[in-house]
Amino acid sequence: MIAFSMQHAFADLALDVAFESNARTLALFGDSGAGKTSVLNAIAGLLKPQRGRIVLDDRVLFDGEAHVDVPVAERRIGYVFQDGRLFPHLDVRANLVYGANARRDGTHADLDAIVALLDLKPMLRRAPSTLSGGERQRVAIGRALLAEPRALLLDEPLTGLHAEARRQVLEYLRRMRRELGVFTLLVTHHADEVAALADEVVLLAAGEVAGRLSRDDFAARHAADGR
Amino acid sequence: MSDWLSPEDLNALALSLRVAFLSVVMSLPIALALAFVLSRKRFFGRTLVEAILFLPLILPPVVTGYALLALLGRNAPLGHALAGIGIVFAFRWTGAVVAAAVMGFPLLVLSIRVAFDSVDRRLEEAAETLGARAWRRFATITLPLSLRGIAAGCVLAFARAFGEFGATISFVSNIPGETRTLPIAIYELLSVPGGMPGVQRLSIVALFVAIAAAATATLIAGGMLRRGNGHS
Repeated sequence: MIAFSMQHAFADLALDVAFESNARTLALFGDSGAGKTSVLNAIAGLLKPQRGRIVLDDRVLFDGEAHVDVPVAERRIGYVFQDGRLFPHLDVRANLVYGANARRDGTHADLDAIVALLDLKPMLRRAPSTLSGGERQRVAIGRALLAEPRALLLDEPLTGLHAEARRQVLEYLRRMRRELGVFTLLVTHHADEVAALADEVVLLAAGEVAGRLSRDDFAARHAADGR
Repeated sequence: MSDWLSPEDLNALALSLRVAFLSVVMSLPIALALAFVLSRKRFFGRTLVEAILFLPLILPPVVTGYALLALLGRNAPLGHALAGIGIVFAFRWTGAVVAAAVMGFPLLVLSIRVAFDSVDRRLEEAAETLGARAWRRFATITLPLSLRGIAAGCVLAFARAFGEFGATISFVSNIPGETRTLPIAIYELLSVPGGMPGVQRLSIVALFVAIAAAATATLIAGGMLRRGNGHS
């Protein structure tokens, strides 16, 4: 369960967003500049809201009034950035276990399972610079999952990928959704990603919540819109 | 080589290499810490710290040497206190290390700072979301991605320390076998009749060391550029 409220004034956008959800996969849908990534950054702790309260599964991550601000490294939020952000000096395997090593005792009990889930075995010893865009995103997803996050944030994970890579990564995300129970918050401006992955959709426009829809209602609306 | 260089020449060369090497080793941890703070933190007095950091580059080296003598000489409060526990720098080869370290310090810090500045901060953020606290982020992300810049800074500081003259002669004087480094030996040979062949010999040695250091720094910097292009 996530309960999120945030007010924050940027130079070019006043963000005032509040939502609650029990969905396993929640999508934030909106155009570029709507404030979607800022919401993710606030949940991860990379952006400190001027006002607000963020609660994830009864754990308060941020509360402006009560002066609660859990450090980023202690939030256990898996963040898959739009650009992957793999560590260029580490091979794929070292990237994958980075979070696991930081949080635990260095054992990688889940490594084999995640490697199998995302088909990463053939690339374990490769350098990130040799990977395709789709492969990089799969490694980034695996790296975030291996840190055993309480929530997974996906920031436009398919943006910049060509059609075949999009289809492949989308399939891996579907598989991840089926096999893992981790709460996932997906940010996207592609309706097909929402339809494929989300249980519920929060529509964002110009820094505010413009509506909430179930996946079926969202699909129906976008079918009617011809998008 | 021992036929070409006299025992005194070899002593001066060995001392210069030892002094330059130890000056870099001694100042590297402090330079890393200061460069990181200057690269990552905004604090009151930062400009003043940067100005003080640049002083050894701007001041006449003789003045820096005099300042070291005023601070660490046997009659100075700090020097006197250190002498009480057996640590003496003035007129000792260890003092030459201190002088070389002070003179090379700005180059070392500036090179490392540029290296830290060039590390993509978003990678550090990614590491933080994966649970890495500050020290782990520094040790596993920032430091490895800055290694070439740090190495280049070490080479530059080594070269600067190897050629150090003014601060060294002011602080530790010219004592054969103790503080007579290669530049000081050359200076002395210049002022004695018949010293010119020795000047030429030692100048050639200094030239080779300088070329080796410059080539090393260029190779490292070239590697940095190639790596930077590869990541873009």
